[in-house]
Amino acid sequence: MPPASFFILSCVLFSLGGLAFLIKRDLITQFMAIEIMLNGANLALVAAAKLWGSLAGQVLVFFVITVAAAEAAVGLAIILLIYRQKKNIRSEEINQLKG
Amino acid sequence: MAEKMAVFLFFLFAVVSLAAVIGMIFSRHQAHNALLLAVAFTALGGLFALLNAPFIAAVQIIIYAGAIMVLFIFVIMMVDLRQPLPAAKKRWVYWLGAGLMIVVLTELIFVLRSLPSGSHTAEPDFGSPRALGQILFTKYLYAFEITSILIVAALVGALYLARRREKD
Repeated sequence: MPPASFFILSCVLFSLGGLAFLIKRDLITQFMAIEIMLNGANLALVAAAKLWGSLAGQVLVFFVITVAAAEAAVGLAIILLIYRQKKNIRSEEINQLKG
Repeated sequence: MAEKMAVFLFFLFAVVSLAAVIGMIFSRHQAHNALLLAVAFTALGGLFALLNAPFIAAVQIIIYAGAIMVLFIFVIMMVDLRQPLPAAKKRWVYWLGAGLMIVVLTELIFVLRSLPSGSHTAEPDFGSPRALGQILFTKYLYAFEITSILIVAALVGALYLARRREKD
């Protein structure tokens, strides 16, 4: 399997995640779109680890996954707070800094 | 034979993950989105396994398709919007997003042309959990420990943010 095919797939996944982030209207789905973009980048890193024969790429992906778990916990807690205050999670209605 | 199998598996996982992500773009129901995302993450785990990364594949399926998606499902359950969200009123937002992402995709593919051709000849235990564990606990030990502190801090922060206030 040529490594370029994995890179192209990761680019397509990243772009589709960005597209989903731009056109979706609720915070939870936008957050999922960010996770897709992270996964596209992870695929590129693992493919690069294979291409250069270095384990550093896989170690980096391991750290990205663990930090993504922490990020998901904090991000979802923030979404929950926004829902308690505004009773919805539409991203266009969150237009002020003061809570 | 093994090479043919790898090509078949690559196209299987690639088509499944892309179809799940595209289905997520068109679906307007959050629980369906979460389910499709779990499918996409599992397929990506298969792709990692194809790339000599069995440990990363296992971590991907356990943490992403397992733990993170359970978090998403819990929050969807607590938010409880009852009806799916209405579509955006402005059509041009879709076209603007699609145009921007096509530009990004062309840029990314253009950058890919500078990749070296030909794969590195890897040693037989490349990417095995043993090799990964050895490098993780020697060369990257500081990063590993700092990540554990980060996760504890994030969990405490999430608990603090999501707690119920007594007064209001």
